[in-house]
Amino acid sequence: MIVELGHFTLLLAFMVACVQMIVPLVGAHRGWRGWMAMGEPAATAQFILLAFSFAALTYAFVTSDFSLRLVVLNSHTLKPMIYKITGVWGNHEGSMLLWVLILALFGAMAAWFGGNLPPKLRARVIAVQGSIGVAFLAFLIFTSNPFLRLEVPPFDGQDLNPLLQDPGLAFHPPFLYIGYVGLSLSFSFAVAALIEGRVDAAWGRWVRPWTLLAWVNLTIGIALGSWWAYYELGWGGFWFWDPVENASFMPWLLAAALLHSAIVVEKREALKSWTILLAILAFGFSLLGAFIVRSGILTSVHAFANDPERGVYLLAITGIFTGGALTLFAARAGTMQAKGVFGVVSREGALVTNNVLLAVSCFVVFIGTIWPLVAEMFFDRKLSVGPPFFDAAFTPFMVALAIVLPIGALMPWKRASVSRAMQPLWGVLALSLAVGALVWTLQTGRTILAPIGALLAFWLVAGAAVDIWTRTGRGDFGSKLRRLRNLPRADWGKAVGHAGFGITVFGVAALTAWQIEDIRVAQIGDSYEVGNYEVTLVDVRELEGPNYLSTMAFIDVIDNGRPLERLTPEKRVYPVAGMPTTEAAINNGFTRDVYVVIGDPQAGGGWAVRTFIKPYANWIWAGSIIMALGGLLSLTDRRFRVAAGARKAPAQGVPAE
Amino acid sequence: MKRLALILCLIAAPVLAVQPDEVLDNPVLEDRARTLSEGLRCLVCRNESIDESNADLARDMRILVRERLVAGDSDEQVIAFLVDRYGEYVLLNPTATGANLLLWLAAPGMMLLGGGIAVVYLRGRAKPAAAETLSDVEKERLAELLKD
Repeated sequence: MIVELGHFTLLLAFMVACVQMIVPLVGAHRGWRGWMAMGEPAATAQFILLAFSFAALTYAFVTSDFSLRLVVLNSHTLKPMIYKITGVWGNHEGSMLLWVLILALFGAMAAWFGGNLPPKLRARVIAVQGSIGVAFLAFLIFTSNPFLRLEVPPFDGQDLNPLLQDPGLAFHPPFLYIGYVGLSLSFSFAVAALIEGRVDAAWGRWVRPWTLLAWVNLTIGIALGSWWAYYELGWGGFWFWDPVENASFMPWLLAAALLHSAIVVEKREALKSWTILLAILAFGFSLLGAFIVRSGILTSVHAFANDPERGVYLLAITGIFTGGALTLFAARAGTMQAKGVFGVVSREGALVTNNVLLAVSCFVVFIGTIWPLVAEMFFDRKLSVGPPFFDAAFTPFMVALAIVLPIGALMPWKRASVSRAMQPLWGVLALSLAVGALVWTLQTGRTILAPIGALLAFWLVAGAAVDIWTRTGRGDFGSKLRRLRNLPRADWGKAVGHAGFGITVFGVAALTAWQIEDIRVAQIGDSYEVGNYEVTLVDVRELEGPNYLSTMAFIDVIDNGRPLERLTPEKRVYPVAGMPTTEAAINNGFTRDVYVVIGDPQAGGGWAVRTFIKPYANWIWAGSIIMALGGLLSLTDRRFRVAAGARKAPAQGVPAE
Repeated sequence: MKRLALILCLIAAPVLAVQPDEVLDNPVLEDRARTLSEGLRCLVCRNESIDESNADLARDMRILVRERLVAGDSDEQVIAFLVDRYGEYVLLNPTATGANLLLWLAAPGMMLLGGGIAVVYLRGRAKPAAAETLSDVEKERLAELLKD
């Protein structure tokens, strides 16, 4: 009964979304207040209906209702409760339901917190958001309905893919989806502004918090996914330049660019049409990502549901929304008049540089991702584009970004000089070079990667510190300290976010350059050295988990005579799914992870054991989380809340309606 | 959604990519073998290098790479041998030949284009827009007003 109700509310949500798409839009066009006001209750209703539908599907999973096809395919009575719940979005249909739920949530939030928006703009934003909802609900209902029943329910389910039976599944997709789908609201704002034919400082101020919210979640989602891959897949890689990873990375890069260009719109009323374009493209890449992940057009280790029919539908959604918005953009972009006047060397110029670097790096990822398709279609060459290409083509842009970031961050608006901006940074530059040189001498005869990484990381982190310190103005140390505490949260957010980027840069460089790996056959009782650590294989035992069989090794790690931890790496077999998995055991540390994996028993006795020392691995994700934290700090800045509604100046002479 | 199925490769079986018995005694050769295998694709897997993959074919390819190295091949010869045998698809690092030049030149080309547009735009913004200066008629009128 509950499941039927959930199915019913899903269909009802589709109807409501149709109303949400049409009525406020017509109202805004004709100036009918009553019609415009329909947007808010419609958005709220759509969200509530979908929330109920999602709850109903969760209920079916929790109670193991095997009359539901989706539950049979992805659940099992013995599966632990947490994975019964996370299993709801561990499959194509359920994750699409989560997707539309979040889409509706953002629409509803625009309705709830958009009270200070001009009614016409608000109506249009909600309507555009509704139209995206219509497209995806139709996709969900007609091609991937999660509520399909089976005529003859089996006694038990086929279990969830064991790789997904991990706490990572609980957090990674929801964050990622809030990020992906959150960009839809920036898109809706952009399209609404295009329909209206007006973009001003106030628009920049409205769109920025939503973009920031999406970007923060996307950052956390990607970081969690990378961390999950690191500990789950058994060889400790953290980024594979896989099409599906790239699909989440491209919107992230563009959202980061959008965040920065929206600042220019807000403060200086310039870069308007570029910002609109970025908002369209950022969500366009989200849609493209959904297409890549779910169509199976590009081979990926993360393959989802590979169904060509769904792929065609998703491609159509991507094409219609991105293409439609771009056409509208082409027609209307000319009406966006920039106001601000500024020199080439200025904060504006620095933010333009940031945008060029981020947009071009996104383009590099894009072309690398689709090149195998292009080469096969047009040049009849079947080839691969893998990590070596991306490392070579992408890294220079990040290095350039890291070099210019601290200088640009210190530049004033309108007119700046490089030498003035560099003044407080000379010391930092000297220290950074010293750090790089020190690292270079400490590591003999290895790649140049780590010294450069350390140099850039120090430059970024210390540059961020100088940035926030110079904001305190003149005066004695005490009063500067007091002012430091009272600085706007947005200033802190900027410094923290930039420092987080530096920490991630260091983690990536250090891990890539300094990893130590040891592969060997160890007999039980054997001790051997890996780096500075003594590793002992104490025992290997067969154990039984709730829904799997485990071969667990007990491995002692001793750090210079000091016992660290007894690690228990496992090999598991999930009989229902008929799949083995590896569970690496990791001793996490501030400066390194000790990462051990147990392999197969060997013919001559003993076990294959892999031991890695992974230096500064945690810094990669810590830096990403710090970046996200910087975004959150900015988001809590009271300027976003208090002044959010106040239009700076009445817009003049641009309407093109 | 990421990290979903490695099914193909995992079902193929034992976990752990490089096995202890594959490792060469000569550490220099082994180092070269590892570097080479990171750039070679496991053909039956989904976008994994043979260094990471657990599939049987990847194991065969790793052993093949090591055999060629022990036989005295240079890195280029090993790669040429594998491309000859499995096709260009095996290379994770696409060659910079023919149409692939487009791929490799896309990044610098786009950077030049983007940078150029940005510079033109910034130069344009550096001058006050024409509309904000007074036209001759307005100047005359202003002069008239100021006369009084």
